[in-house]
Amino acid sequence: MQPSMIPRLCVLSLFLVHAFSNAETTTAPTPPPHEWRLPDHVPYPDGNEPTPQRVELGRMLYFDKRLSRDGTTSCASCHDPAQGWSDGLATSRGLDGKTLPRASPTIINAAYNTIQMWDGRKASLEDQAMGPMDSPDEMATDFDKLMALLGRDATYRAAFQAAYPDAPIDKLLIAKAIASFERTVVARNAPFDRWLAGDVTAMTVQQQRGFQIFVDPNTGNCAVCHRAPLFTDNGFHNIGLSSFGREGADPGRFAHKPIAVLKGAFKTPTLRNIAETAPYFHDGSAATLMDVVEHYARGGDVKTHLSPNLKTGPLTQQDKDDLVAFMQALSSPIPAPISAASTRVSHLPVAGK
Amino acid sequence: MNVQATTQALPPSMMKTALYALTLMVLVMASTGDADAEDHVVTQSNMSFSTADLTVKVGDTVSFSNRDSMAHNVYSLSDAKTFDLGSSAPNTSKKVTLDQPGVVDVECALHPSMRMKIKVTQ
Repeated sequence: MQPSMIPRLCVLSLFLVHAFSNAETTTAPTPPPHEWRLPDHVPYPDGNEPTPQRVELGRMLYFDKRLSRDGTTSCASCHDPAQGWSDGLATSRGLDGKTLPRASPTIINAAYNTIQMWDGRKASLEDQAMGPMDSPDEMATDFDKLMALLGRDATYRAAFQAAYPDAPIDKLLIAKAIASFERTVVARNAPFDRWLAGDVTAMTVQQQRGFQIFVDPNTGNCAVCHRAPLFTDNGFHNIGLSSFGREGADPGRFAHKPIAVLKGAFKTPTLRNIAETAPYFHDGSAATLMDVVEHYARGGDVKTHLSPNLKTGPLTQQDKDDLVAFMQALSSPIPAPISAASTRVSHLPVAGK
Repeated sequence: MNVQATTQALPPSMMKTALYALTLMVLVMASTGDADAEDHVVTQSNMSFSTADLTVKVGDTVSFSNRDSMAHNVYSLSDAKTFDLGSSAPNTSKKVTLDQPGVVDVECALHPSMRMKIKVTQ
């Protein structure tokens, strides 16, 4: 090597070191960040603007076990703030300890969903709120008894009057109040959100790598269904769970829409705060996020009626670790006590309303 | 076409040939449908159909062209037409013939936010 080349090589090596170190800490999000930013405003339907009074009434109802027939179960029993607004069980327990067939979905960011429930049988949060109360296996609410209770309870009477002045207390009003409360359960301040907003240190280098794998159609391909910005396509997919191969398997969405591709298909859940809502899948069959990644990496277990969008490319162990690390960057603290003042709501169309 | 006027002027052997040709023509027309039938193209892109409402005539076809990067489905459970075109991979197209008047609600089973209506008129 000629002596004159040494300074040039030094400059080149310094440049390369600088370039690589910057690449590790300042990688720009791809695709453009705005696609993944949660909409600023939470939608709500005509006639149910979530005022502070409605949110407070909804909060009271949400945590009140007297809404169930035997006084043992509230909405929070299966959608517990301490369990990521789910219940930590593989599948939920209903009235009299009965094991229910599906896992409790989190209500985090459910306000943004255009369709509700694992099988999409409810269109809005208002519709959904009545589901467990009407179900004989879940809360099995005795509405005559409940209306009598709400009518004689001075605190509830005042809360209903403040929230919905002069409106008769009925099932619809209860559903509207609970939905108003649920619209405040919004996760929007995860490391991922801060990274999108320009804080390049909010996610680790590994988490940033995980995001790239997450969106890459040739490797993770996760974003094909866990789409921006809600981490769900509000769609239905059979993801090849082994439980679908059993006799009498849960038909999922197919029970409501008898279309072949929907046999064993369930709604794509959000991944917001996913690290807090184990176990995973509608049947609770995956204990950890790594179990979930491994399931997709092997292309599912039962491959009849598999969603045509379930196509994961080859993943190294490093890729899998990166994906799990990325999903751990999706957890936001949700303010408590929750109030309408702490969230941003706007009057936007809601499906089915 | 005035078939009778044309065939009267022909000798018997040619008339036989003409009748075969006429039969063949009728069969071809029957297999390809009404010559006036139109094919309407609806694209699927960015998780939407390219139109929310479409009006067609009885006998028309609608081709659904998937321009998204993911698979879609097209189906309807409407009284006027029940069909399931199955899954459509990216950059493929599937076609349905609307053979009854009425309103056909069309949806993607995988992504139910993708909806449109087809009004089929006489």
